[in-house]
Amino acid sequence: MTENSERRVVSVIVVNEASVLSRITDLFSGRGYNITSLTVAPIPDSKYSRLTIVTSGSVRVIEQITKQLHKLIPVLRVYEHADMVEKEMAMIKFPISENISDINTLCEAYNGKIVNIGENIIIAMVTDEPKRVDNFLSAIKRYNPKEIVRSGAVALER
Amino acid sequence: MQISGAQMVIEALIAEGVDTVFGYPGGAIMNVYDEIYKQDGFKHILNRHEQASIHAAEGYAKASGKVGVAMITSGPGFTNAVTGLADAYMDSVPLVVISGQVPMSLIGTDAFQEIDAVGISRSCTKHNYLVTDAKDLPRVLKEAFYIASTGRPGPVHVDIPKDVTAQIAEFNYDIEIELETYKPHVKGNPRQIKKAMEAISKAKRPLFYLGGGIINANAAYEVRDFVHKTGIPAVETFMARGVLSHDDDLLIGMLGMHGSYASNMAMSETDLVIGLGARFDDRVTGKLSEFAKNAGVIHVDIDPASISKLVNADYPIVGDVKNVVNEMLSQVDKVNPKHYEAWRETVRNFNELHPLTYHEDSDRLKPQWVIERVGELLGDNANISTDVGQHQMWSGQFYPFSRPRQFISSGGLGTMGFGFPAALGVKAATPEKTSINFTGDGSILMNCQELMTAVEKKLPVINIILNNNFLGMVRQWQTLFYDKRHSETDLSVQPDFVKLSEAFGGLGYRVHTKEEFDAALKDAVEKNVVAFIEVIIHRMENVMPMVPAGGSLFNMMLLEKKETK
Repeated sequence: MTENSERRVVSVIVVNEASVLSRITDLFSGRGYNITSLTVAPIPDSKYSRLTIVTSGSVRVIEQITKQLHKLIPVLRVYEHADMVEKEMAMIKFPISENISDINTLCEAYNGKIVNIGENIIIAMVTDEPKRVDNFLSAIKRYNPKEIVRSGAVALER
Repeated sequence: MQISGAQMVIEALIAEGVDTVFGYPGGAIMNVYDEIYKQDGFKHILNRHEQASIHAAEGYAKASGKVGVAMITSGPGFTNAVTGLADAYMDSVPLVVISGQVPMSLIGTDAFQEIDAVGISRSCTKHNYLVTDAKDLPRVLKEAFYIASTGRPGPVHVDIPKDVTAQIAEFNYDIEIELETYKPHVKGNPRQIKKAMEAISKAKRPLFYLGGGIINANAAYEVRDFVHKTGIPAVETFMARGVLSHDDDLLIGMLGMHGSYASNMAMSETDLVIGLGARFDDRVTGKLSEFAKNAGVIHVDIDPASISKLVNADYPIVGDVKNVVNEMLSQVDKVNPKHYEAWRETVRNFNELHPLTYHEDSDRLKPQWVIERVGELLGDNANISTDVGQHQMWSGQFYPFSRPRQFISSGGLGTMGFGFPAALGVKAATPEKTSINFTGDGSILMNCQELMTAVEKKLPVINIILNNNFLGMVRQWQTLFYDKRHSETDLSVQPDFVKLSEAFGGLGYRVHTKEEFDAALKDAVEKNVVAFIEVIIHRMENVMPMVPAGGSLFNMMLLEKKETK
């Protein structure tokens, strides 16, 4: 594909049943689509789950992705987001020797805080737009983060 | 009523009106086979390989329009069936395939004959189920038949652990299907249909591009009506052979890699493609950027994902092609057939310039002659299946098809070994017709064990083996594109096909001449027993015209000009 590839967020509502997640991921791998991140959790008080998939591809590929997702029998709805609120969480583990108040101040700038201080380590978390989480993660590099986990994005259409 | 899971399978199949099941028993499916033994609601045909069972069910489904049913055991039984599932998936064949699985308590323990069947079939079925409780079986089986046969049809796989087939539960098949997440779009958007009809009436060189979806939708006769009332010429894909009758003035021919010159040129010159139930497959389009370059595109398809997948549709219409064509027919007075006279003339000239033909040879029979000859002798009275390769393309090119569901072949997956078992299914579905399988010396050996099925179940399929002692299509590519390095395609070492058939109790003929061929075919039809007719044909015959892979449709290699037949 020589066409321009762009980042897209797709939300998928699926019946909460065995192997439904494999159906989705098999479709992506089988047809050569990208998954940048994927989150999934049940929708409260329903028989459905909601997946948020961050993917990339040309306009044609993105259109195929939404159509192919729709074709899967347990898929109820597919949203290809245009105007959305998008958030992602990250947790970071620092050595206790790092400057706690610096880290805390940085976290606050990115909608986060220190959530755990143990004997040897500090755990901080932030929740922000994925791009801003990127920025945060480069900003904290100098505090020698030992472990980083990102949740993958979730999104709601405005 | 309270019955076992195995009994539920039988009851459900009978309730669905199934009259024939193809299959092969084994450990995990034995409870179901025990119930098959006790019932007389449907016939069971024992194939001699699970792959053949699926192809036979496909042949049955394609010839009858009903859902084909096959039954297999776990592990190797299932993995043998995977090729068939993939074949049915690619060609949108409605199947319900039921497999046994190891008992629930053993799943995940690498038990004897255990394999993650639904994990494997997920990517080659329309949908699949692992049934973990017998109380779910009635709903699952009902959904399976519904999903297989509606929307864009396809195979549905139901995997049932052995203990679930033994489990007793309540059976009630008189239930409504509630699939909130699956609602095929049948009716086309009226505004789009209106716009499409306006585009047709304004076009100067419109062209029908007819696909296999028309046959799936049982819409061939509506499409014939539409073509005739508009006077617009039509090309068919390989899968659509028989939508129009071979003698229809408006049928240009088959298009694509081995399409006729006129069909491919018409597609290259048209200003409006009217695609009905076709999916712009790469074997049809050639180089995409050059395909119907100056044309608008109307695309009618039941599968939204097929529309604008490869070629952008200017008039996308999602819907059942029968429904949409009927709607278009109600507005057909907008179209004036006289308007396209010059275009029809152009197309006729294409056909006169390079007609689809071949050169006769004095020493050896030509495969094209054999196919034409069967057409002359049996015509409409035969259903034709094929394997995959040169003989398949020649069949698509030269047999005079006159009706839908007459031609059964493996188009999308291109499965060698498809033809013979599929022909058994075709014969089981349409016993009144002669069942011919055109095959090659390569393909026939991929499911020749089905001679036993044919003899036992009295399914007198006539296999016409076009024998060039080569894996012909690959050999053709090697000749043309690999500087004649015929790597591993020389099949000179062969069984005695006559004795092979006779060893199973079938008929065998080896023919070298036209007279011998006529006599053999006549004898096989009269004796009404499964037969191999081995026809010794010219070794180096190529399928022409040919659009080299990735080339533009209008850049065809053509038959060398000699005096033609």
